[in-house]
Amino acid sequence: MTVPRFWRKIDNRYNLRGTRCGNCGTAFFPPRRICPGCRRDGSVETYDFEGRGEVITFTVIRAEPPSMDGQTPYVVAIIETPEGARFTSQLVDVEPDDVEIGMPVEATFRKIAEDGADGVIHYGVKFEPTARD
Amino acid sequence: MRDVAVIGAGVTKFGERWDDSFRDVFVEAGLKAVQDAGLTGDRIDEIFVGNMSGGRFVNQEHIASLIADHSGLALEGHVPATRVEAACASGGLAVRQGAQAVSSGLSDIVVVGGVEKMSDVQSDQSTEILAAASDTEWESFYGATFPGLYAMMARRHSHEYGTTREQMALCSVKNHSNATMNPTAQFRREISVEDVLNSPTLADPLNLLDASPITDGAAALVLAPAEDARRCTDTPVYIAGIGQASDAIALHDRRTLTTVEATEVAVERAYSSAGIGPGEVDVAEVHDCFSIAEIIAVEDLGFFEKGSGGAAVEEGLTELNSRVSVNPSGGLKACGHPVGATGVKQVAEVALHLRGDAGERQVDGAEVGLTHNVGGTGGTAVVHVLSREAPR
Repeated sequence: MTVPRFWRKIDNRYNLRGTRCGNCGTAFFPPRRICPGCRRDGSVETYDFEGRGEVITFTVIRAEPPSMDGQTPYVVAIIETPEGARFTSQLVDVEPDDVEIGMPVEATFRKIAEDGADGVIHYGVKFEPTARD
Repeated sequence: MRDVAVIGAGVTKFGERWDDSFRDVFVEAGLKAVQDAGLTGDRIDEIFVGNMSGGRFVNQEHIASLIADHSGLALEGHVPATRVEAACASGGLAVRQGAQAVSSGLSDIVVVGGVEKMSDVQSDQSTEILAAASDTEWESFYGATFPGLYAMMARRHSHEYGTTREQMALCSVKNHSNATMNPTAQFRREISVEDVLNSPTLADPLNLLDASPITDGAAALVLAPAEDARRCTDTPVYIAGIGQASDAIALHDRRTLTTVEATEVAVERAYSSAGIGPGEVDVAEVHDCFSIAEIIAVEDLGFFEKGSGGAAVEEGLTELNSRVSVNPSGGLKACGHPVGATGVKQVAEVALHLRGDAGERQVDGAEVGLTHNVGGTGGTAVVHVLSREAPR
């Protein structure tokens, strides 16, 4: 893969930068250019997520694709933000057996994958359990 | 719009076919279907082919031309051929395209094929190729594999409805049992619940024996206007209803993780055009790419209430000649899942049952059948309702 393919997503992936419909207020991460509810009547603007959410569902990957070589077992989850946006990411700094649906989590900047030994290293946001007060 | 009949069907042996190339398996299926219809090549007006990823599995694009050529229909006749792609639903969509071509009157005799040759790449490569059916930038980028995505659906289904690991495993057990009676199936052997539970975990809670395999194979149908069908065969099968629907490509963008809404909408469209309901379906080939997918499918297709699919499987209500015979071929799990071929194979299988030609695994007195083919984790679904009786 060429570098621009990943470079162009850096702003979104590093900063949890999504979009929001100026008409109905629905927030999107991953970003969307058209609001499915308002379609062309909505004006979609940039929106930054805070990096908090809760686990909707999860799995522990034990058979990994080549891009994740050597990382298993790792936890993949669908996370929902307070704004209602849902996306897929990994959970880190938690034992797989301790992960639960409904668990509050927060963003942490991490390495995601390597494009082979000589390729690009991909970074982005993973999630860890929210520190309890 | 004209009614459409299936007048011929052919399925190759599914499995790891080291001795045969992509074109070999397709030509075999096409020949079987055309011979089954009692036709010759000069009668064919048009070809549609379902194929997910010839480009990545065998480094071959422009598959429609290749297939027309090696079926002997390009140099002579210059028959138009079109490839259809929707990941694992490619075959089902090809059937729908073919039916529309006949229905509209643009073509009379249409061959619909589906083909995939998956064993020419290493298994981790095939995992990566299949993952391209999900959202590459926002799902697989973060390490979500296909088993991982279905595992997240399974986890949520268990959380909301109490569906158990054993109930999921029973889908694989049943499908392996059915496959022992299907000469073209990849895995013709019984397995036990313990075998499934003790097989290596791919993505918790799903294990290797919850998953459909890597398969080479092809299937083909011959479609004709219903009014002409009886001139070609004594046992035509009619396409009584078709429904197709789209949903968000990424699992995380769906309204629910425990229902495949594209299936619900597609089947409603198919039932409505056929004028029937789920209670009238005798035999169904459903998209069990993973065991949990069969449980969700039998709910979404209306055979059982949402949340009760696992219990229905446990009670044996989806076994051969029970309430509704689900996946008599062995399904994707045990018959095999050459992705582009599956949707076409499903229609061929149901056609055999409606004709009374399914041999040892025949569903007794089957009058109405259904096929359900899903792309990705539910971004596409297509349902066909088939009937032994001609539409009124």
